[in-house]
Amino acid sequence: MMIKKRYVNWEDIIINVFVYIILILLIIVTLYPFLNTLAISFNDALDSSKGGIHLWPRKFTLYNYKTLLTRRQIFHASLVSVARTVLSTFLCTFSTAMVAYTLSRKEFVLRKFISFVYVLTMYIDGGLVPTYFLIRSLGLTNSFWVYVLPGLVSAFNLIVIRTYINGLPDSLIESARVDGAGEFTIFFKIVLPLCKPVLATIALFVAVDNWNAWFDTFLYNSANPQLSTLQYELMKVLQSANTMTGSLEQALAQAAAGTVHTITPRAIRATMTIIVTVPIVIVYPFLQKYFVHGLTVGGVKE
Amino acid sequence: MNTSTSLAVKPNSFWQKLKQQKALVLMSVPFLIHVIIFKYIPIWGWVLAFQNYWPGKSVFQQTWVGLDNFRDLFNDPVFYQVLRNTLAMSIIKLVMGTVASIALALIINEVRFMPFKKAAQTISYLPHFISWVVAANLVRDALSTDGGIVNDVLLSLNIIKEPIMFLGIPKLFWWIIGISHVWKEVGWGAIIYLAAIAGIDPSLYEAAVIDGAGRLKQMWYITLPSIRPTISILLIMNMGYLLSSGFEQQYLLQNGRVIDYARVFTIYELDYGIKMMRYSFATAVGIFRSVVSLVLVFAANQFAKRFGQEGLM
Repeated sequence: MMIKKRYVNWEDIIINVFVYIILILLIIVTLYPFLNTLAISFNDALDSSKGGIHLWPRKFTLYNYKTLLTRRQIFHASLVSVARTVLSTFLCTFSTAMVAYTLSRKEFVLRKFISFVYVLTMYIDGGLVPTYFLIRSLGLTNSFWVYVLPGLVSAFNLIVIRTYINGLPDSLIESARVDGAGEFTIFFKIVLPLCKPVLATIALFVAVDNWNAWFDTFLYNSANPQLSTLQYELMKVLQSANTMTGSLEQALAQAAAGTVHTITPRAIRATMTIIVTVPIVIVYPFLQKYFVHGLTVGGVKE
Repeated sequence: MNTSTSLAVKPNSFWQKLKQQKALVLMSVPFLIHVIIFKYIPIWGWVLAFQNYWPGKSVFQQTWVGLDNFRDLFNDPVFYQVLRNTLAMSIIKLVMGTVASIALALIINEVRFMPFKKAAQTISYLPHFISWVVAANLVRDALSTDGGIVNDVLLSLNIIKEPIMFLGIPKLFWWIIGISHVWKEVGWGAIIYLAAIAGIDPSLYEAAVIDGAGRLKQMWYITLPSIRPTISILLIMNMGYLLSSGFEQQYLLQNGRVIDYARVFTIYELDYGIKMMRYSFATAVGIFRSVVSLVLVFAANQFAKRFGQEGLM
């Protein structure tokens, strides 16, 4: 055997140093905005406006959270956000799985036609105005159901679940059929339990999309404060940040007047941002577990 | 295989089969109707673009104006501004996003210490799951003249003397869109390249080491050429979305000072169509965007196939 010469490999050292520096910079650049916002949300608003808050609050207070979370507007918006997310996640995942199951049955006579109808929707889009008119004529404007109904089954999710079902051993389904099980029994008792991993992936994607959505509120439900969502409330605060004429800021500024505390648009934005982000951070470990898997499944084309 | 052999007569006509498969029909047809209502009826709504839509009248009572709305569209200087902005920002995002994601994948691939590798990856794709509303808030704060981190750092390094109002400078807007896109999506974009790198045959690297190639040379002569098919297919497929990429980001980061550089198609439809009650005009804008996108997607797909890649359709 050759005796290994021990010498300093400069290339190795330089690459390692470079790689670690870049990645540490990336981590800082990614996390700093979140941590800074977190610090500001826990800092006294008037004190924050003097500047110099970075990663840690200087004058710790829970006042910002107390003020925002006790506003009926914000509280109600969180309820709507949670409701739409939970309901959409459940209904979308279940409906998509059911359609996907029928499309995985080779003998199903409508299989090709239904697949085509769905796949085509990935490439054409009616546009803003025709869709708005449709939603309005269906009576879905100023309605909670506009958050759930239009996006019930998406072509992409359908393909992902169908691909997964196609990968299941056929013998399981066939033997159940020989035992006399109907399609519904097979779907509920055999296919759904076996699809858990892919359903978890889809459910998480649907949940994140619903939690993050604001444009539907803006377009269809902005006239009804009862149906506002958290993202939309945050969007309004953001849009009025330049002019400082937002109704929420004014209301909060009035509420704070005459007390020892005060609240600024900056503090409102920071606190709202954290309230909106926390649920995502909570589900993030689950997301992480499933999404890489989901991404690879999505890449598989039949 | 049809296992219902107990039936004496084998069903052969379409209707007989359909009747036999009524459970499957029951499970799928309600959703078929749903998708036709929500996705296909709006396409029928395209007739609005050939009318002078007046609220309160039914579609059949409207006056037909032929191609007038499209003529107005192509004569509107703002339309060309919108087209320029959309294309410029899409291309900036595509190029910057692709280069950054590939670079990040290569860098993460060089980390040998697993816990750090995991941590860096996990943190890098966190922003992908945050809404643009939140991201736009963070971008605004980072760029603010009043204690924003970017100005603070530049001031303390003596690169600038006065804080700069980055979001108020029209020429910078496209680049802010590009950079904030990279900030949000670079980690997510790198996943697919990391998967491609993981699929490279290790014997290629072994052979390179024997030939005396260092890590840089391995990266250049093995890793990059091996992921080239992935890079080209993703680039080509994204070409199809040049007119449809992004709206939230621009809408949430724009302001009056930079609107001439921020206005993209959906903002145009909202501000010059819906807010001015020009519903037929806005529909025409939507049709233009939809049809050009469709052509681009199909062209990109054909292009990908010619390159020997499997298309997505």
